[in-house]
Amino acid sequence: MKYNPNEIINSAQKLSRRALLVGALQLGVVTALGARMRFLQVKEAEKFRLLAEENRINLRLLPPARGIMFDRDGRSVAANVTNYRILLVREETEDVDQVLTQLQKLIAISPSDLEKARRELSRRSAFVPVTIAENLNWNDFARVAANAPALPGLLTDVGLSRIYPQKENLAHVVGYVGPVSDHYLSRTKDPDPLLQIPRFQVGKTGVEAQMEQRLRGSAGHQRIEVNAVGRVMRELERAQGQQGATVKLTIDSKIQNYALARMDGLSASAVVIDCATGDLLAVASSPSFDPNLFVRGISSKNYNALRDDIFGPLRAKAVQGTYAPASTFKMITALAALEDGVLSPDDTVFCPGHFEISNNRFHCWKRRGHGALNVEDSIAQSCDVFFYSISQKVGIDKISAMARRFGLGEYHDLPLSAVSRGVAPTRSWKQKSFGKAWLLGDTVNASIGQGYVLASPLQLAIMAARLGTGRAVLPKLVQSIDETAMPLGTGAPLDVDPEHLKVVQRAMFAVTNTKKGTAYSKRIASPDLQMAGKTGTAQVRRITAEERLTGVIRNEDLPWEKRDHALFVDYAPYDNPKVAVAVVVEHGGGGSSTAAPIARDITLFALTGEMPAPSHYPAGLQAQIREEQEELAPKLFDWSTLDKKGQVQT
Amino acid sequence: MSYLEHNLAAAPVGFRKILALNWPILILLTAISSVGFVMLYSVAGGQIDLWAQPQMLRFFLGMLGLFVVAMVPIWFWRNMSFPAYCLAILLLIAVEFVGTTGMGAQRWIDLGVIRLQPSEVMKIALVLVLAAYYDWLPQQQISRPFWVLLPALMVLFPVFLVLRQPDLGTSLLLIMGGGAIMFLAGVHWAYFATVISSGIGLLVAVFQSRSTGWQLLKDYQYSRIDTFLNPDQDPLGAGYHITQAKIALGSGGWTGRGFMQGTQSRLNFLPEKHTDFIFTTLSEEFGFIGSITLLGLYTLVVLACVTSALSNKDRFSALLILGIGITLFLFFAVNMAMVMGLAPVVGVPLPLVSYGGSAMLTLLLGFGLMQSAHVHRPRPKIK
Repeated sequence: MKYNPNEIINSAQKLSRRALLVGALQLGVVTALGARMRFLQVKEAEKFRLLAEENRINLRLLPPARGIMFDRDGRSVAANVTNYRILLVREETEDVDQVLTQLQKLIAISPSDLEKARRELSRRSAFVPVTIAENLNWNDFARVAANAPALPGLLTDVGLSRIYPQKENLAHVVGYVGPVSDHYLSRTKDPDPLLQIPRFQVGKTGVEAQMEQRLRGSAGHQRIEVNAVGRVMRELERAQGQQGATVKLTIDSKIQNYALARMDGLSASAVVIDCATGDLLAVASSPSFDPNLFVRGISSKNYNALRDDIFGPLRAKAVQGTYAPASTFKMITALAALEDGVLSPDDTVFCPGHFEISNNRFHCWKRRGHGALNVEDSIAQSCDVFFYSISQKVGIDKISAMARRFGLGEYHDLPLSAVSRGVAPTRSWKQKSFGKAWLLGDTVNASIGQGYVLASPLQLAIMAARLGTGRAVLPKLVQSIDETAMPLGTGAPLDVDPEHLKVVQRAMFAVTNTKKGTAYSKRIASPDLQMAGKTGTAQVRRITAEERLTGVIRNEDLPWEKRDHALFVDYAPYDNPKVAVAVVVEHGGGGSSTAAPIARDITLFALTGEMPAPSHYPAGLQAQIREEQEELAPKLFDWSTLDKKGQVQT
Repeated sequence: MSYLEHNLAAAPVGFRKILALNWPILILLTAISSVGFVMLYSVAGGQIDLWAQPQMLRFFLGMLGLFVVAMVPIWFWRNMSFPAYCLAILLLIAVEFVGTTGMGAQRWIDLGVIRLQPSEVMKIALVLVLAAYYDWLPQQQISRPFWVLLPALMVLFPVFLVLRQPDLGTSLLLIMGGGAIMFLAGVHWAYFATVISSGIGLLVAVFQSRSTGWQLLKDYQYSRIDTFLNPDQDPLGAGYHITQAKIALGSGGWTGRGFMQGTQSRLNFLPEKHTDFIFTTLSEEFGFIGSITLLGLYTLVVLACVTSALSNKDRFSALLILGIGITLFLFFAVNMAMVMGLAPVVGVPLPLVSYGGSAMLTLLLGFGLMQSAHVHRPRPKIK
């Protein structure tokens, strides 16, 4: 090719021009890049810094330790124990079955637990950790933790789980906790984010449920740095939550336990109240159940067994159950009449065995009649006709007013589930509830605590305490919260003539301490512990006129659910009441024969703090008592399972 | 016989050539590569042997190659242009058959010692052959249709092969690089106007063809374009990379979060943090000052190339030097635009900084050619 200088100069100039043009274009692009950098890194830096922080920092809630509970003597009734758990996250493993098979080589998992876990795994979202096994011992837990790298998706977790060391003893009082249900979440306005934690446990019944807010405590939080796949890299900050409040109950576990053991085999309940302070020393419903079963999720088999039991172990009969108070109500009728002035202590009524009013015949329990009796003897011998008669003079409204002053038909605010109000009926109440007018016969029935009158064992114990002290004793279940004492339930003196009260008290003393008294054989013999009481036998079926002619069928010949309820209320010592007791035995037969001995034994135990010495009993009974006590001893709780401080032994 | 050979008497010989090298460019390249070593050390979480050390070894080998290439007279390389281009074409064809698949594309030939990426070789070979072509072509023929079609085919054939891999990023770089040299050589601007307007037409066709039987791009390429156009639409899906890259960049602020303190990269929020997205880590840890400094270093290299080319009287050399500069420019500009959300994610590494052997070696060898052109530039005869 020919070398042409002109051409070269031409092309060189063109090249230079175009090179400069391209260079300028490049500089333009570089300037644009620099401007973009400035925009992102200087102008928008704050926004992106925030986004980067959001990326890397996660906030995790730390569930607080639930508040623990003690009885009045510091014995543990609800505690927390370390719970070693194994969780599985489905999305982090390729083969769930293989991981579970591997896990089974390391620790024993029951087939039912495995089945439950599988079901939950398939039901829950892939990223939700599902509990495979919990409450492991340390060895098993450590073995799984050591092999965790070979088991993708498995997580080990140390949490706290609720335990009720006294098992059946306080099931109806303390209640139990369980996982938050979706139903609960949807209907509650409780905004606590803790509730969103899977399997977070809240109180379901009893004190656990009623004092949930105090027991739960407040959540702590943990700020953690996570990487792109969510793995925790390090902890940046940790604020411990506040443990829930420590609750001390007024219950004396030993009395509670004795009461339950004494009622073993019966569908019964007993309430023991401290007359001076209103402290509830025992609120026992028999049969009971083990609340620990509910904490981990009760099997449907166990649950059905509890639910279908005709003795109703899940029912807190002592506060929830309402019964016709029967003859234990007679003190109220008597006081109403005395206070109203229609009756004086010496007035007598002749009992022929029945009472006629508006062509209806009402019977006394004693067919042949009691003859002429004054109020004191009428209570002691539980004559019905006397009360039929005086009730006509007082009227139902005054009787009911008196009942309410003694705690019947009143709501007692206790942190327990389903505390019953009972019924102290009035004319207007019947009109409102049934749309029917009050009949004279209704008053007759109510005068002996039958008909519309209903009371819970708790209310009956309060009534006994108020009768014994003349003060409006208020029941109290919580002694202190976090060492802060709750006010005493001593109560103000009742506005009742002390002379009238004394009449009734003497009558109650006569029930258990005079030969004609209905519970003379169930008396306490020790002079300093003598009790005043009252029997009651609540009819649960109607006795027809034909049956009265042919002879009333004896209780023992009736099916269980048609038998009478047996009731007994008392306070002791009679001259300086320390405790008041109410016992109701469902379908137990006669108050004197069934309820009174139980109440007597519980009263003695509450007064002496131990298995009552036979010397407290009438001489003729002591041998039998010894026998009964030997039989009862093995049913008592083994207190050695709690350590010296009353804590759970681990 | 060209102008070059007439004026070579003044060119240095022997070891004096070393003194005649364009040292500012060598120092800039070393500085840029060193930034790479530091960043690779950082993204490896303080491990030197994971990425930084192999990268240093490649840099050392590349520099060695650079010196060797620079010592050889430029006319030798000019004569080797066409064979080099043919070899690169053959390699690209070979990759079709024996290539190793990575990231959804066939890009590598495994030579045992090194995994060769023929498309990288082609970037330099294309510059060489186009420079030689326009050195050979008489001035008055440059804009004649046949003589424009010929180099255009020389560009489009490798582009076609690279697209088949498929590697959209490299294809675009080849087209833009080749086009730039043709423009520099003096091809009439009307051709470029035609090509650019038909390019826009093609773009329209690409979008129109979507989800039809004759779809022109692969699905992932469409989704990348979508993501580029609207990264916030699906921040956890396809837009994740871009969103996280922008967060990393932006959170760096003025001075950055400190060496090895970048949470976005350390906690793996960043994708391909040691290759295509390494710039985001640099920006996160050294801030605006760090990223503008790196941009400055690259710009200085490009400017040094332009300066060197303008002072070079040899047409082949000037075109070669400009072509190498443009190759580097396209590399870093596309990469930075991509991670800053100004261009779709097309998979272009940051030159000399991103971890990768072929790119580093070929780019340094390319600068070897540039140095050879610089060293052996025609100088006025000493009388």
